[in-house]
Amino acid sequence: MTASRPRTLAEKVWEAHTVRRGEGAEPDLLYIDLHLVHEVTSPQAFDGLRLAGRKVRRPDLTIATEDHNVPTVDIDLPIADPVSRTQVDTLRRNCKEFGIRLHPMGDAEQGIVHVIGPQLGLTQPGTTVVCGDSHTSTHGAFGAMAFGIGTSEVEHVLATQTLPLRPFKTMAINVDGVLGESVTAKDIILAVIAKIGTGGGQGYVLEYRGSAIRALSMEARMTVCNMSIEAGARAGMIAPDEITYAYLKDRPHAPKGADWDAAVANWNELRTDEGAEFDAEVHLDAAALTPFVTWGTNPGQGLPLGENVPDPEAIADENERIAAEKALSYMDLKPGTPLREITVDTVFLGSCTNGRIEDLRAAAGVLAGRKVAGGVRMLVVPGSMRVRAAAEAEGLDKVFADAGAEWRQAGCSMCLGMNPDQLQPGERSASTSNRNFEGRQGKGGRTHLVSPLVAAATAVRGTLSSPEDLN
Amino acid sequence: MEPFKTHTGIGVPLRRSNVDTDQIIPAVYLKRVSRTGFEDGLFAAWRGDETFILNQEPFRAGSVLVAGPDFGTGSSREHAVWALQDHGFRVVISARFADIFRGNAGKGGLLAAQCEQQDVEQLWKILENEPGTEVSVDLEEKTVRAKDFVAGFAIDDYTRWRLLEGLDDIALTLRHAEEIDTFESQRPNWKPVTIPAATS
Repeated sequence: MTASRPRTLAEKVWEAHTVRRGEGAEPDLLYIDLHLVHEVTSPQAFDGLRLAGRKVRRPDLTIATEDHNVPTVDIDLPIADPVSRTQVDTLRRNCKEFGIRLHPMGDAEQGIVHVIGPQLGLTQPGTTVVCGDSHTSTHGAFGAMAFGIGTSEVEHVLATQTLPLRPFKTMAINVDGVLGESVTAKDIILAVIAKIGTGGGQGYVLEYRGSAIRALSMEARMTVCNMSIEAGARAGMIAPDEITYAYLKDRPHAPKGADWDAAVANWNELRTDEGAEFDAEVHLDAAALTPFVTWGTNPGQGLPLGENVPDPEAIADENERIAAEKALSYMDLKPGTPLREITVDTVFLGSCTNGRIEDLRAAAGVLAGRKVAGGVRMLVVPGSMRVRAAAEAEGLDKVFADAGAEWRQAGCSMCLGMNPDQLQPGERSASTSNRNFEGRQGKGGRTHLVSPLVAAATAVRGTLSSPEDLN
Repeated sequence: MEPFKTHTGIGVPLRRSNVDTDQIIPAVYLKRVSRTGFEDGLFAAWRGDETFILNQEPFRAGSVLVAGPDFGTGSSREHAVWALQDHGFRVVISARFADIFRGNAGKGGLLAAQCEQQDVEQLWKILENEPGTEVSVDLEEKTVRAKDFVAGFAIDDYTRWRLLEGLDDIALTLRHAEEIDTFESQRPNWKPVTIPAATS
């Protein structure tokens, strides 16, 4: 492990997992420490294994959950949609046949794949983590190299526990300063994406650095890394520190006893060395940030909440101007409208971006003693059954119910509407999820991405709002 | 995988940037457990619009999609590649592809050819002026042709080689099984395992 030159965190993790270096144009072969599996992107991969007569090489490094399709009400009944039910049943059969641990609907450990990995302590610093889901970048918050893969790659990892990959370039995202009141990790990442664009991170792994990042909790760090993919980067990372170790210690799969000490000694090396060079660097002043919301149909089309809907005429780049025109037409918004005057029908609190206990606490803090505005429907969907249980132990479910919000079971839910939780055509949501693509939350639905605090304040006022607007 | 050397087919100009994976195939179409049959979800939201390019002759039969920059952003769903293939597309041309989409395309045998945006604009003009114009794509030469217009495209050499040879990634990796064994035997013992199940 003695390096002759200073290396970035990403390079260290990459090199520690290189089974063999590619020769010439050939990619490196990377060992995968943890493979997370869910029902949507795995059936064709298991089929491929069967066709080729292959086994899962390391079932003990693989774990599955049901999250994308699962209903968030009546989970004791069979899934009503027969196609969703078939997909979930297929996962159950595959996990049984190939010996993979599965947390099915209703299980105490079930939840969104990116919530349960960290929660169980399986996501650890310096590991490589993959999943057939682009938000696998979430796990980078622990200093892991974590990225989404397609179904062919899922099959590849199941069969070989490796992936052929070319090293990513590295980009430092430096966020320094102290965040203001009601400004959160979600606002940081939305501002980053607006700054570098949806393609800005393509080919890079992002390393989030600086005093504002160091000050974030683990859950907030996960929110930041989660949306790296929305800037085009497959992975985002944060160097592990005492906050990381405190989160991990005593989790079910965290190392114990002497193993813990050995692991921490190893993890302490996982910092970008002094003098290491990034291929690109971006700087953001945390103190200048305010609550951030999206107005368009890609996550880069965002602005501070205090601004107005932009005028496409003022955009110089032709492709961006056309994209903005199409977005405003789809979103049914007029240039110049203050973002605070946009009314919503639905508020969605949940997802792998903002469905953890701190997110629920933040929203409940705003909703306590208040009511969801008439005509607004608010869905609260915990990221996992453990998050749900923790929230209930704290009485958060009561706060949501008293405010008039719906308290649901765990899953991906309205983030992508593969289950019945969908927007109707023309409906508009303030959503703590990660994508505002056309039709993402239901055909014809319109999405504004927001933080949990903004989601809660918006639910109360019925228009995009921050908690300060309630005073 | 079938080897890919050249392809000639009707070019379809799609003047949109940031064609994300939810546009290519919305999530509700991802529930199939088979590897085929995804064509009904391709551009599902746009297919309801009669003026959408794929609803018009002669573009219905197109097999080379020429799209704006940042094609395939968003989700990791390989179904996006399958939906394009099931509809009959063999090639997508764009100035910039999302990383995961590009990787998925290479695995599934759909050629993601990266052209300069100015060349994409040229192709759009040709295909719009004369609908039904065929585009020829040569993977060995790394060129696209339409009429007398010729442009180069970029693709990484390894993916190009695999496509030309029609090679299966897993079989290639398994040639290095001994190296995987060696690496595995040296992993620290405190690394996490998923079983036995947690008992917290």
